[in-house]
Amino acid sequence: MSLLRRVGAGVMVLWGAATLAFISLLLIPGDPVSTLLGPATMASPEVRAQIAADYGFDRPVAVRYLDYLGTVVTGDLGSSYQLQRPVGLLIADQLGPTVQLALAAMVTAVVIAVISAVTTAGRARPVRAAAGAWELVAVSLPSYWLGILLLTAFSFQLRIFPVIGAQDLAALVLPALTLALPIAGVLAQVLREGLEAALAQPFAVTARARGLSQFAVRLRHALRHAAASLATLTGWLVGSLLGGAVLVETVFGRSGIGALTLQAVGNKDMPVVMGVVLLSALVFVVISNVVDLLHTAIDPRVRA
Amino acid sequence: MSAIPISFPGAGLRTPRWATVFAWLALLPILVAAVAPELLTSASPILINPLHALLPPGGDHWFGTDQLGRDLFTRVVHGARPSLLLGLGATVLAVVAGSLLGVLAALGGRVTDQVVGRALDVLLSLPQLLLALLVITVLGGGVANVVIAIALAFTPGYARMVRTEAMVVRRSGYVEAARGLGLPPTVLVARHVLPNAVGPLLVLATVGFGTALIAGSGLSFLGFGVQPPAPEWGAMLSEGRDFLGDAWWLGLFPGAAITITVVAVNVLGRAAQRRYTRRTV
Repeated sequence: MSLLRRVGAGVMVLWGAATLAFISLLLIPGDPVSTLLGPATMASPEVRAQIAADYGFDRPVAVRYLDYLGTVVTGDLGSSYQLQRPVGLLIADQLGPTVQLALAAMVTAVVIAVISAVTTAGRARPVRAAAGAWELVAVSLPSYWLGILLLTAFSFQLRIFPVIGAQDLAALVLPALTLALPIAGVLAQVLREGLEAALAQPFAVTARARGLSQFAVRLRHALRHAAASLATLTGWLVGSLLGGAVLVETVFGRSGIGALTLQAVGNKDMPVVMGVVLLSALVFVVISNVVDLLHTAIDPRVRA
Repeated sequence: MSAIPISFPGAGLRTPRWATVFAWLALLPILVAAVAPELLTSASPILINPLHALLPPGGDHWFGTDQLGRDLFTRVVHGARPSLLLGLGATVLAVVAGSLLGVLAALGGRVTDQVVGRALDVLLSLPQLLLALLVITVLGGGVANVVIAIALAFTPGYARMVRTEAMVVRRSGYVEAARGLGLPPTVLVARHVLPNAVGPLLVLATVGFGTALIAGSGLSFLGFGVQPPAPEWGAMLSEGRDFLGDAWWLGLFPGAAITITVVAVNVLGRAAQRRYTRRTV
């Protein structure tokens, strides 16, 4: 796909996400000024009219939509109803812990999946059945329950890791593992099947005949083939990491985008939720394009 | 918590007969608990008894008691119905909405297909949980709204699949022939297009039900779905979270109920998928 088409498709997704966010804003039942003020506030009609004018609620929908798109393009995501601060700043403040968590979880998931797939692919039936069983359980685990189990075992009973709230490296271990395991289950399955397909191909037999050890064939040749099948999972992976972060941050009492989102959902703080939706679409577009480029780099067939 | 756009866990491996049997054996008591909880326990899931608070699992209380002295086994049993209904309601709604959208895209002409397709691309690019939370921000919490939220988050996946199936059928000779005979589009869809999509749709809905169950209990865990003191597995985990240091059982049993249900459903879905592919290939 040419660069221009790639950028165009990305812009389409972002525009769609912005439109979705705007439509959601319009669909909130009731008067936006009341939503903004909260349920218990008494305000005179003059004050309400002033607020409506300040936020532009009194203008026609089409004007507000174009205005919203215009400000979003300049990177301005509006102001939080609840916290009275720019949404962009709120998100930037909370981005660090979530990025840390997501990256740690992704690396953990990939390492677990590669080890599981490389050691079990194409082995005897009991080994493959065991691999299938752990993959099945891993993908069926609700992350919030897994987090509670790990907390109970390692923080409350064994006291190895801090219980809640801390933000240092030791406090990252359990949340990252919680987020990683269900994802690792899916990745391991896809990798294992990819490896089994690759090992059955002539190039694997040739490499083995050249005297490479079974493990070298798996790591150097087959894994590269299998990795290409992971490229199609990128969107799912990004979504799982971001969505999972909301639950994992809650379980472990961590701050981050998930905690920010949850607070905003509870308070009907729409600008913050809209900002997170846009951020999430942006992350999706950027990462899937990067992965496409990487895919082209490792797989010559895609280049043609 | 995103839709898994691939085959089932462990696909490529044959599901052993005993695994299917075990899945049914695990599901049976859960289904009984959902339909007739009184058969399994006579205690009340809501009545509190502070004198018996936080008792560990034992003879009188198989799963122990919670911070208000309610029997945890009773609550897990009574939690089956709301938990399963959240997942089932959302799945049914999503399958229906997805089928309508998919058929519309496939048969509605090029412009409709483009518009629906682009909209689906956007929805599929967002995390499902975030979509559900967006809906909850708009509609507010509560059981019905959580069902709608999860259904909306899962609809794009079903829509895309139905669209693909319907496209294949549309290009086949017999639909061409049926159209030539002057069948109206609605009859065409009902008689020829949908029946062909039903098999893969049911298989996808089986695994989708498991994911929806996790999502529904997850939203209750976050405080948006079933509200305490009503027993629901996710809400129970959320309540028990404050007592994990003293009462590990509060964090164990409700989550185990969710996981066992989802594992069993996935095993059955996988078996169904293999049966289905064997028949069609």
